[in-house]
Amino acid sequence: MSDFAVEALNIVRTFKDGEVHALDDVTLHVPRSEVFGLLGPNGSGKTTMIRILSTILAPTSGVAIVNGYDVVKQPDHVRRSIGLAGQFATVDENLTGFENLRMVGLLNHLEKSYVVKRSQELLERFGLSDAANRTCKTYSGGMRRRLDLAAALVANPPLLFLDEPTTGLDPQSRQDLWAIIEGLVEGGTSVLLTTQYLEEADRLCKQLVVIDHGKIIAEGTSGELKSRLGNTVLSLSFASTDDARRAGELLHDVSSTPANVDGTVVEFTVENGPAAAADALRRLSVPDITVTGLALREPSLDDVFLSLTGHKAEDESATPDEGEPKGRRARKVRS
Amino acid sequence: MSITTSTSHPQRNALRWAISDILTMARRNLLALFRIPTALVFAVIQPVMFVLLFRYVFGGEIHITGLNYVNYLIPGILVQTTIFGAVGTAIGLAEDLQRGLIERFRALPMARMAVLGGRTVSDLARNVLVVVVITGVGLMVGFRPHGGIVAIVQASLLMLLFAYCLSWGFAYVGLAAPNSETAQAMTFPLIFPLTFASAVFVQVSTMPWWLRPFANNQPVTQAADAVRGLMLGKPHGASTWITMLWSLGAIAVLGPLATRRYRRVT
Repeated sequence: MSDFAVEALNIVRTFKDGEVHALDDVTLHVPRSEVFGLLGPNGSGKTTMIRILSTILAPTSGVAIVNGYDVVKQPDHVRRSIGLAGQFATVDENLTGFENLRMVGLLNHLEKSYVVKRSQELLERFGLSDAANRTCKTYSGGMRRRLDLAAALVANPPLLFLDEPTTGLDPQSRQDLWAIIEGLVEGGTSVLLTTQYLEEADRLCKQLVVIDHGKIIAEGTSGELKSRLGNTVLSLSFASTDDARRAGELLHDVSSTPANVDGTVVEFTVENGPAAAADALRRLSVPDITVTGLALREPSLDDVFLSLTGHKAEDESATPDEGEPKGRRARKVRS
Repeated sequence: MSITTSTSHPQRNALRWAISDILTMARRNLLALFRIPTALVFAVIQPVMFVLLFRYVFGGEIHITGLNYVNYLIPGILVQTTIFGAVGTAIGLAEDLQRGLIERFRALPMARMAVLGGRTVSDLARNVLVVVVITGVGLMVGFRPHGGIVAIVQASLLMLLFAYCLSWGFAYVGLAAPNSETAQAMTFPLIFPLTFASAVFVQVSTMPWWLRPFANNQPVTQAADAVRGLMLGKPHGASTWITMLWSLGAIAVLGPLATRRYRRVT
């Protein structure tokens, strides 16, 4: 057996007769028994990757081995060894929580008596016992996600794919899900997780790959990525866009990465926040530049993207999800 | 840590698992049917309204040579209702697709046929219920089938077979539609000419000359003639055999079409 839970080699996936490259030569090595993160904005190709690895979609070219099985040649073996859960929380609204889990268990060809026992155990573990016999229509967003994750766990798979598991969740539900995922990994489960949140990747993932426009643009531990980025963002606002532009020029050597000038706001990623702030204010105390605000904050995914790609993560959200034809995408769950 | 039954999966069990998966899916669809009031109204109450409408509102104006209209009507409505039921196949599949459930099913180690198989089987089960209800209501409003119990069962099986085979065509429509509303709209141009330009409610001989060739030879007229003949114990020519041929022809063409479509949608 391979040392990796997932080995994806040179995966390419195009849509619309090759016009859209959702994935362009992506190679991943996901180790066992830890959380591996796939970080990127909407439309970067994260979901396409998960769909290929879970046998839903065939790659245009490249080879993907999941738990030792080829996703194209041995899809049934792959399906028996994975669990899939994600942002769309595709539970059947007309079934109860228990019925959803039972259905997935039976479709995994598990013993009926075991499925019943396992379903009850998972409902208990995820705090859904009280709602077990209510139809999922009545569930909150957080409850749906937990049930979706429980469904992925019914067959006890050694590998879980979690596609943006906490997108759209409130902070408490997000914390709950993080704790559940950490518990699973402690128990030996391997997890491939996609996310748009640096905070989430930082908390859960040992190793990360940053993906943009279907290409890997950075990889390493979250610590390595952060140190590449600087530890803090220094944000300065000015009275006019002209002031901001000139301040950007004046302070060009404050950071090793280029400044982000957006209207009247200029941002730098810096190593030592307070020292950089003091230095910046000193150099800006010239009569014709008016500083109206100063803030120091933790870097966000936007900052990662800006420093790695030179463009903002939000720029992508206007393009159709994953470049696939519209109208066939799962509906987003209100949460 | 994984469970033995999930990893041991001998080939000889494939058929057993396929049947098990189809039944699991069918059960899931039927649970939903009984939980969505509108679905149940569409399936059962609407055909009852059709019976009452044609029996008491329009029926007085419709004259069938040598036959009480209620005896002409009920077998026709049974055929019409079972075909209308196939619209549910299209809507159900389009909904599953829209909600991302089909995508989820594709990542499970279930039999590939189970999504379409389960859907068509649950719609067949619903049709059995509908046939029982409509026959019961028919008897209450004066329907008197003189063909005998065996012939009535034969007639019921024939129309259930016919509707089942046709439902594969509606499965294709459901998979091709972008959402359930469109799926429903797409079925109307198919359903209306087939059920209304037929011998379901009135005799074809009362229709204009240009409509008669179609109405006489299309499958729903054959099915209605066969079911009516069997139930009433009257001669009905070759219509039983023709209906069976239509059914087998439909499933032979529409089954692979729907299956191919299912493999392509992602």
